Amino acid sequence: MNFGMTEEQVMIVETTRAFVENELYPHEAEIERTGVLDMDVVRDIQKKAMEAGLYAANMPEEVGGAGLDTLTWLMYEKELGRANYALHWTAVARPSNILLAGTQDQKEQYLYPCMKGEKWDCLAMTEPDAGSDLRGMKATARKDGDDWILNGTKHFISHADIADFAICFMATGVEDTPRGPKKKITAFFVDKDTPGFAVRDGYGNVSHRGYTNAVLEFDDCRLPASAVLGDVDKGFDVANTWLGATRLQVAATCLGRAERALDHAVAYAAERKQFGQQIGKFQGVSFKLADMALELKAANLLTWDAGWKFDQGTVTESDMSMAKLKATEMLAFVADEAIQIHGGMGLMDELPLERIWRDARVERIWEGTSEIQRHIISREMLRALGG
Amino acid sequence: MKVLVPVKRVIDYNVKVRVKADGSGVDLANVKMSMNPFDEIAVEEAIRLKEAGKADEVIAVSIGVKQSQETLRTALAMGADRAILVIAADDVHTDIEPLSVAKILAKIVEEEQPGVVLCGKQAIDNDMNATGQMLSALLGWSQGTFASEVDIDGDTAKVTREVDGGLQTLSVKMPAIITVDLRLNEPRYASLPNIMKAKKKPLDEKTAADYGVDVTPRLEIVKTVEPAERAAGIIVGSVDELVEKLKEAGAV
Ligand SMILES: Cc1cc2nc3c(=O)[nH]c(=O)nc-3n(C[C@H](O)[C@H](O)[C@H](O)COP(=O)(O)OP(=O)(O)OC[C@H]3O[C@@H](n4cnc5c(N)ncnc54)[C@H](O)[C@@H]3O)c2cc1C
Ligand SMILES: Cc1cc2nc3c(=O)[nH]c(=O)nc-3n(C[C@H](O)[C@H](O)[C@H](O)COP(=O)(O)OP(=O)(O)OC[C@H]3O[C@@H](n4cnc5c(N)ncnc54)[C@H](O)[C@@H]3O)c2cc1C
Repeated sequence: MNFGMTEEQVMIVETTRAFVENELYPHEAEIERTGVLDMDVVRDIQKKAMEAGLYAANMPEEVGGAGLDTLTWLMYEKELGRANYALHWTAVARPSNILLAGTQDQKEQYLYPCMKGEKWDCLAMTEPDAGSDLRGMKATARKDGDDWILNGTKHFISHADIADFAICFMATGVEDTPRGPKKKITAFFVDKDTPGFAVRDGYGNVSHRGYTNAVLEFDDCRLPASAVLGDVDKGFDVANTWLGATRLQVAATCLGRAERALDHAVAYAAERKQFGQQIGKFQGVSFKLADMALELKAANLLTWDAGWKFDQGTVTESDMSMAKLKATEMLAFVADEAIQIHGGMGLMDELPLERIWRDARVERIWEGTSEIQRHIISREMLRALGG
Repeated sequence: MKVLVPVKRVIDYNVKVRVKADGSGVDLANVKMSMNPFDEIAVEEAIRLKEAGKADEVIAVSIGVKQSQETLRTALAMGADRAILVIAADDVHTDIEPLSVAKILAKIVEEEQPGVVLCGKQAIDNDMNATGQMLSALLGWSQGTFASEVDIDGDTAKVTREVDGGLQTLSVKMPAIITVDLRLNEPRYASLPNIMKAKKKPLDEKTAADYGVDVTPRLEIVKTVEPAERAAGIIVGSVDELVEKLKEAGAV
C-alpha cells in the first residue's frame, strides 16, 4: 500500500489550490451577501480556468479534458470544494460525465460546447413525489410516430436556470419483473428553448448561496428521436455506466471545506487569548481540534481508498457510500466545532465558517441521503447472507 | 537564443517561520517549500520571451538539495523546456551561498551559452540579493537589476529598474544578467496539461563537484532570532481623537 502523492498530484493540488485562493475566494463574500452569481465575474474566471487547464478537467483527454485518474481528479475536486459552490461549479465547471455517452452528433451539440465553456448542463431526475425512490417517477415520455412527447414535473434541479440544456430522466413504460412491475426509464436531452418545456424558479434554500435549484415543467414537450441519450428504456443503465463517481465527488468537495474550517480553527485557537492564555491550551478546545483532525483524516482516507479502487476496477457501492456518508457527516461536525472554537465570531459572516456550516447541510441529502447510503452499505453486508 | 533561469527552493511565503531551538537558523523540517516567488516571475518572463519568438529554449537550473527537483518540475510545468539540478547539499538546512551559486551558474553559462540569464532579484529566505550581480561580475556580462520591464531587441536590452526615486531605464548590452522585480509580470498557473507533460521533459542531475566548485560556506551565522512582537495598536473613534493621540505621542 502506498499512501504517498506523486509529484504530479502535488503540483495539480498546488495549482488548483492557488487558483481557488486567488481567483475564487475574492468573489465569495459578494455572492454570500447577494445570493446572486455575477455572470461577468464567472466569464472572467472561466477564461482563466481554461488557460490553466482546470476547466472541465474531469473529462478524458480525447475530448479536451485533463485525463486525470479518479484519485487525482478527487484531489482536484477537494481543492475546488473549498470555495463557494456556485462559483466553482460554474466558473470551473465539470460537465457531467454522462455527456460522454452521447452519439457523435450529441457530443457536437452538447459535450464539446460544455468543454469550451459555451454551454452548461444540468441533470434532472428528482420529482416532488420521487426523491430517494427515483423509480417512482411520474414524469413520462410517450412515443408519437418517431417523436417523443414529454409531460410532468421535476424539482430541485441544480443550476437549471443557467443551463442551456437538461438531461432529463423520464418514465417510458412499465416492465414486469420477478419483484413486481418496474418503471422503464429513458434519458433525453432537452434544450432550454424547446416548446412545452419551462424552467421555473425553485426554492430559496439554506445551503450554497448563489447555487440555484429550479422546477422543470414539461407540457406536451415534443422531442425528436435523436434527443434520446443512450438506449430507449435504458436510462438508468446509461446513468450507472457513465455518471462516474459522483458520490466521491461530493465527498471530496466536503473534505476541502472541512480542511478550510479546520485551518481557521487551529489558527484561531493558537491566537485567541482568554483567561490569560491561548484558548488552544484549554483541553476543552484542544480536544476538539484533535477530534476534528481525526474525523477529517478518516473521511479523507475512505475517499482516497474508494477513488483508488475505482481506478483499479475493484470499488464497491459500499466503498463509495461509506466515503460519501463519512465525509458529509464529518463536514457537519467539523464546521460546527470550528464555529464553537471561534465563539461568537464563528457565527459572523466576516469568516467563511457560518456558510461552511450552512453549506454542509445539503451534503447529507443530495447524491443519496445518509439513510440511503447506510441502506446501501448494510444491504451489501446482508446480501452475502441471503438478505 | 537560450534563456537560463535559476530557481531556488525556499520556505513557502505562507509558512509562519520558526527559529530552530539552537538559533542556527529557521526550522525547515516538514515545512512547505516552494519556488522563490521572484524566480517564478523570471520563469514567466522567459516563457513570454519564447512565446514572443525572441527565445527558443528555456532552461531552468536549481542548486541545492535533491528535493529542489520539485521546484524544477514546477518550472517545467509552467513551460520551461528542460532543467538542470545541481545537488550541492544533503541537509535542507545547508544554505548554498550566493558566491558558490554564482560560480556554478557561471560554469553552466559557459556550457549552455544562453543569450540572457533571468534571475529573481533576491530569494525570500535570506534576502541576499547578490547572486545575479556576482554572476555578472564573474562572467564580465552587463547587468540590469530589479527589472520591472524588459525589452530585448537584438544585441541590446532595455531594462526598466525600480529604484528609490522612481523608474530608471538602462540600455544593456547582450548577453546580460537581468534580475527581476515584483511588478515585471504576473506568473501563470502551472496548467494541468503542462503538469502532465513536465514529467517527460529532460531533467539533468549534476553535483557541485561536477563543476569543480567548493560550496563550503564562508559566512558564519552567529544567531537567528524571531522578530520582536509588535505591540498592539489602538482603534480611535474620530479624527479629533487621532490628532489628540498623535499630539500626546509627540508625533505632530
Ligand atoms: C439543493 C438541492 C439540489 C439538488 N439538485 C438536484 C439535481 O440537480 N438533479 C436531481 O435530479 N436532483 C437534485 N436534488 C434532489 C436530491 O437528489 C434529493 O433531494 C434526494 O435524492 C432526496 O430526495 P427527497 O428530497 O425527495 O427526499 P425523500 O426521498 O422524500 O426522503 C425523505 C426522508 O426519507 C428518508 N428515506 C427515504 N427512503 C428511505 C429508505 N428506503 N430508507 C430509509 N430512509 C429513507 C430519506 O433519507 C429522508 O430522510 C437536489 C436536492 C437539493 C436539496
Ligand atoms: C449574536 C450574538 C449576540 C450577542 N449579544 C451580546 C450582548 O448583547 N451583550 C454582550 O455583552 N455580549 C453579547 N454577545 C457575546 C457573547 O456573550 C460571547 O460571544 C460569548 O460570551 C463567548 O465569547 P467570545 O465570542 O468572545 O468567545 P471566546 O470567549 O473567545 O471563546 C472562544 C472559544 O474558547 C472556549 N473557551 C474560552 N475559555 C475557555 C476555558 N477556560 N476553557 C475551555 N474553553 C474555553 C470557548 O468555549 C469557545 O469555544 C453576543 C454574541 C453573539 C454571537
